Amino acid sequence: MTVTFILNGEPQTVEADPDMPLLWVVREKLGLTGTKFGCGIAACGACTMHVDGVATRTCVLPVGDVEGAEVRTIEGLSDENGLSAVQATWLEMQVPQCGYCQSGMIMAVEALLDENPEPSDDDIDAAITNICRCGTYARIRPAVHAAAKRRRA
Amino acid sequence: MTEDTEQKSPSRLGKWTRRTILASAGLIGGGLAIGTVLAPNRLAMASDDAAEAGEVVLNTWVKITPDNRVVAMVPHSEMGQGANTGLAQMLAEEMNADWSLVSVVEAPVDDAHINSDMARGWVLGEAAWIPGFMYPLIDFGFLKIADGLVNQITGGSASIRLTGWHGIRRAGAAAREMLVAAAAGEWTVDPGDLTVADSTITHAGSGRSGTFGDFAAQAAAFTPSLKPDLKARGDYRIVGTSRPRLDLPGKVDGTAKFGMDVTLLDMRYAAIAFPPVIGEEVVSVDDALALERAGVETVVDLGDAVAVVADSYWTASQAIYDLDIEWTGGLAGLTTAEIFATHQDDLDGKERDVMVEEGDAPGTLDEDAVSAEYTVPYLAHATMEPMNGTAWVRDDLCDIWIGHQDPLRAKKALIDLLGLPPEAITVHNQFMGGGFGRRGRLDFVTYPVRIAQAAGMPVKTIWSREQDMMNDTYRPAVTGRMRGAVSDGRLAAVAHAYIDAETGMPDSEGPFAFQYEVPNLLIERVKCPSPVSVGFWRSVDFTQLAFFNESFMDEMAHSAGADPLDFRLAHTSDPRRRAVLERLKAEAGWSPRPEPGRGMGVALVSSFETVVGQIVDVSVSEDGEVRVNRVTSVADAGLRVNPDACEAQIQGSVIFGLTAALFGQITVENGEVYQQNFPDYEMLRLANAPRQTVYFIDSDHAPGGLGEPGVPPVAPALTNAIFAATGTRIRDLPIEKAGFTAA
Ligand code: FES
Ligand code: FES
Repeated sequence: MTVTFILNGEPQTVEADPDMPLLWVVREKLGLTGTKFGCGIAACGACTMHVDGVATRTCVLPVGDVEGAEVRTIEGLSDENGLSAVQATWLEMQVPQCGYCQSGMIMAVEALLDENPEPSDDDIDAAITNICRCGTYARIRPAVHAAAKRRRA
Repeated sequence: MTEDTEQKSPSRLGKWTRRTILASAGLIGGGLAIGTVLAPNRLAMASDDAAEAGEVVLNTWVKITPDNRVVAMVPHSEMGQGANTGLAQMLAEEMNADWSLVSVVEAPVDDAHINSDMARGWVLGEAAWIPGFMYPLIDFGFLKIADGLVNQITGGSASIRLTGWHGIRRAGAAAREMLVAAAAGEWTVDPGDLTVADSTITHAGSGRSGTFGDFAAQAAAFTPSLKPDLKARGDYRIVGTSRPRLDLPGKVDGTAKFGMDVTLLDMRYAAIAFPPVIGEEVVSVDDALALERAGVETVVDLGDAVAVVADSYWTASQAIYDLDIEWTGGLAGLTTAEIFATHQDDLDGKERDVMVEEGDAPGTLDEDAVSAEYTVPYLAHATMEPMNGTAWVRDDLCDIWIGHQDPLRAKKALIDLLGLPPEAITVHNQFMGGGFGRRGRLDFVTYPVRIAQAAGMPVKTIWSREQDMMNDTYRPAVTGRMRGAVSDGRLAAVAHAYIDAETGMPDSEGPFAFQYEVPNLLIERVKCPSPVSVGFWRSVDFTQLAFFNESFMDEMAHSAGADPLDFRLAHTSDPRRRAVLERLKAEAGWSPRPEPGRGMGVALVSSFETVVGQIVDVSVSEDGEVRVNRVTSVADAGLRVNPDACEAQIQGSVIFGLTAALFGQITVENGEVYQQNFPDYEMLRLANAPRQTVYFIDSDHAPGGLGEPGVPPVAPALTNAIFAATGTRIRDLPIEKAGFTAA
């Protein structure tokens, strides 16, 4: 069937099995590979995109469900002004190691800060449940606070 | 071409006493190119038994282009350590280059057409070309040597420690000397009167100056020196500073290309069904249902697995469930309990290799000796990026796109598999979404190629997380028996007999060493090959054996009624280890039992020429829930090329080691691996990750490894802390086996 949604601000129409998860539609049919596959069962967060502004694990989200929705991926974060505050902070604090989890991590943090511009440690712990196998957590928490500050500035 | 041999220090290369360094230079694209090869001594290299010697061949390339850029081509693939940035720093330092003009090439071009120059490429050399002047270096039976390589390229924490320290520094210094010589010739001045800074050569007397690029072509006429003047450490201004990693911009905006992200024209996608029971083979496949599914193109019976090729990965992965496969053979009855029982039998009755013997430990240990038996489980690597490979096989050509820790070994495997000459095979190495030893294996090289060959088109094969976890080459489950005695507050004797499941780690690394001074010591190994496939797992045999040794050292301290940290200090005179322990004691506010329900544990391990000590601080609730409050690490890693990247490696290693000790175990029931995905094989997350502080000792030593040495002390420091808090000694990992849970 045909599904139409907005991807990073541009309307997209794809021909796909409506059960196919959004992750694979975006990676394979639309060619944006910044969002990653990690577990396929909504357990790791590597596939996080924003669907109507909500951080969503797209490895289990049928594309049929996003008809008309606004979808944003890591590729849609930076604009003509450059990197988003979260991305810039991530670079400044040298957060990524292998980097594979970081698209999902950054998307989860962006959604948290959209909703809660000044999160506490507990808010961060509750919202950011993505797995980073390289163990970058020691830098993530301070980076979230720093990014929050940068956004408010 | 010039060559030189040098004495080497004891290390993983311990079997040889000398190594050869070859260097050559030439003119490429109007610029200067210098190559260095570190090889076993040349005679060994040319002889037939070279492959058995376990050689390391490390290659670095430096190119100085006419537009004044310095490009390093390194044999290491980036899996997250930031080592390539460190290598570029070492190069820029010796050249006195402008850091902003230096780059590293580590990802090859996505060009399927190989020309005859590229045909000689091997390690990431596929990225570019191997110039003709290097041929003599390469033709020393190179592939034979490749065959003997086991995970030597990006493994063993080797990038900075070996390639950087021995290869790239020298290449940089030699390049600088050649550029200076060229400038001196052009200006007819004494080279000694020239200064070099920020990629510019200046003659103060005449006020003349020119860039590296200006002299790159002339410099190629000179012969590189193998003993160029290397800078004194006191003069470093790039090495030792935390330069931002060159690979990170692409890792925050989604543009970095991992193996998983490779996309070829007309590419198809494959999913694989591996046998549910270890070692089973296919009897028959009924693929009728799968082939009816829209998008499925073909089903490939590989004999030891079955693949579905489709127009999308999701379709292929769904169609796997449509297959009706009959399997046969395999280790149907195998259980982990049975494997541990074999360890007992083998420790009781099998022949032992004596690894270390000093004094008379058996004679000293009477029935009052303290005995303890420890076990550790199988562990999966669970790299964040599941295994995958994209291959395209034509009649007489094969291209593969993967993220491999040892692309040379991958290439050799394909030469053997396909019977094609080396020049017909191109390995396009990509970023790795984690390696930890898993990406030195060959399964994700050969299966994708076999599938693509059968399908007759470019195919990306992706392991599901479940297939990745159930078909790993695991950190082995092993058992160690220790006995020991103290007298007058000092260690009198220690005896250790341990199971070696044969991961292939060289003995020269000494993972079995008891790292404290004891007059009577006996260390014995019992070889017991694992029926479950095992391999290198971040820090290899150190993780198992350090858990045994550092737990037992704690038991010995307890038996002596001593403070565990002071007891360690009392039994080591090594200045590096002492400095680490003393710093740790000061920084962590050491107090084994600061309050009821809270404890601190310490452990110290030297591995890969780096010393790491850790103190883990835990709180344990009444019902056995363990919260790790803080981990303090102190490391002597020698010279730190990029201090921030070094800190990141220790921080990550702590999480890796803790995750394993708190949750990690792979078990086998009825021949099947039980754990399939993250809920069964849990990971630490932000909420339960401890606070961390990392300190480094300012050290005169050459750079030590950093990707791995932070892992081994974590597990024993954790269980020693739980003992301090509760009085319960955990001898079997993970902690749930002793009734504890992780918060
Ligand atoms: S891939 Fe979607 S949560 Fe792991
Ligand atoms: S940076 Fe490697 S998994 Fe997070």
